[in-house]
Amino acid sequence: MTMTVHVDIVSAEKEIFSGLAEMIFAPAELGEVGISPRHAPLISRLKPGEVRVKVSETEVYPFYISGGMLEIQPHLVTILADTAIRAKDIDEAAAIEAKTRAEEALSDKSGKIDFTAAQAQLQEAVMQLRTLDRFRKRGS
Amino acid sequence: MAVGKEIRTKIGSIKNTQKITRAMEMVAASKMRKTKDRMLATRPYSKKIGQIIRHLAQANPEYKHTFLIEREVKRVGIIVISSDRGLCGGLNSNLFRKTLSQIIQWEQTNIEVDICTIGAKAFGFFGGLKANLIGHVAKLGDTPHQHDIVGIIKLMLDAYLEGSIDELYVVSNEFVNTMTQKPTFEKLLPVVAHELEPRLNGHWDYIYEPDAKEVLDHLLTRYVESIVYQGLVENNACEQAARMVAMKSASDNAGNIISELQLIYNKARQASITQEISEIVAGAAAV
Repeated sequence: MTMTVHVDIVSAEKEIFSGLAEMIFAPAELGEVGISPRHAPLISRLKPGEVRVKVSETEVYPFYISGGMLEIQPHLVTILADTAIRAKDIDEAAAIEAKTRAEEALSDKSGKIDFTAAQAQLQEAVMQLRTLDRFRKRGS
Repeated sequence: MAVGKEIRTKIGSIKNTQKITRAMEMVAASKMRKTKDRMLATRPYSKKIGQIIRHLAQANPEYKHTFLIEREVKRVGIIVISSDRGLCGGLNSNLFRKTLSQIIQWEQTNIEVDICTIGAKAFGFFGGLKANLIGHVAKLGDTPHQHDIVGIIKLMLDAYLEGSIDELYVVSNEFVNTMTQKPTFEKLLPVVAHELEPRLNGHWDYIYEPDAKEVLDHLLTRYVESIVYQGLVENNACEQAARMVAMKSASDNAGNIISELQLIYNKARQASITQEISEIVAGAAAV
């Protein structure tokens, strides 16, 4: 039997996932981390991106998160997301629209816009689309 | 017929009151469902962040964050969460009584108290006392947002960082079920290991990414915000539940009074009819 670790993913609005997994991938501040059972304790901030929970060899659940915190205990992994969406629930049209809007805002050189905010929005939209894209590729 | 005019107007006015209380009961019932859903939705997050913080309190970090260090207590800060409106039974007064008895206890040991209030009722109560009120927000409505309370929390956290308060508490009502709401006193800062918590063995510390100070600052601020926010959302659900119950018993009481008055009125009416008949009969007999 393979080793498993308990994973909880909660967003500010609801509990998204709770259960056992063989491995978890999360977009930590300093690059993506893969977490196996009995990982050393770790706390990190998360960037917008894709969280993948590998429940078994054939079952992988992808989620999109917009940033948050990650806590690892040897027997327990907790992901506190600001917002989290299951990959299949991502609204593609809205994400594309957000991306275009953010790009427009960034190319507007009049200096009226909040550069960092626009950049953060762009990153979120791009990561949503990327998560969805990968989800589809795996699905087919 | 002039009989029982006063009683009739009285019955009329009580009926009007009953209509109002019944309407309020129904409004509260439907609002309670919504606020309760909201409370249950945000509960997992605050539970989890609380769990992480309790783990953190058991770690042996190289970097000691101010929020994790216990100091000698000279002054404490309290955030009191109440409702904006009254007519919700003993909800607010129970909470204030509990808070007040704690404050008196502190004062006896020469510990001073700073108070921040959320909600108009708490402001009215503690503003009327000679309490040291340092911050206040109200009128957050049924759907409060996290950014509404960030300011007041920052005020308290800054006071803690400066060392002007040495402990931070939050007081609010806990939603047990529709009939019961429990006033609770929760210590937010400093974060100390809970006695009842299962121990995580050994001498260990977290790996922090990117670095300890930044991560802990972020996490601990987030923790306080989320606990206070949860308290606020929970208090909202309590308010609606308490109001529903209070208004239900008010409507029931009005119903009782109405039936009593109706009985008195009927008796008086019957007595006057009987009297009239006997007068007529007596008059006829005299002719």
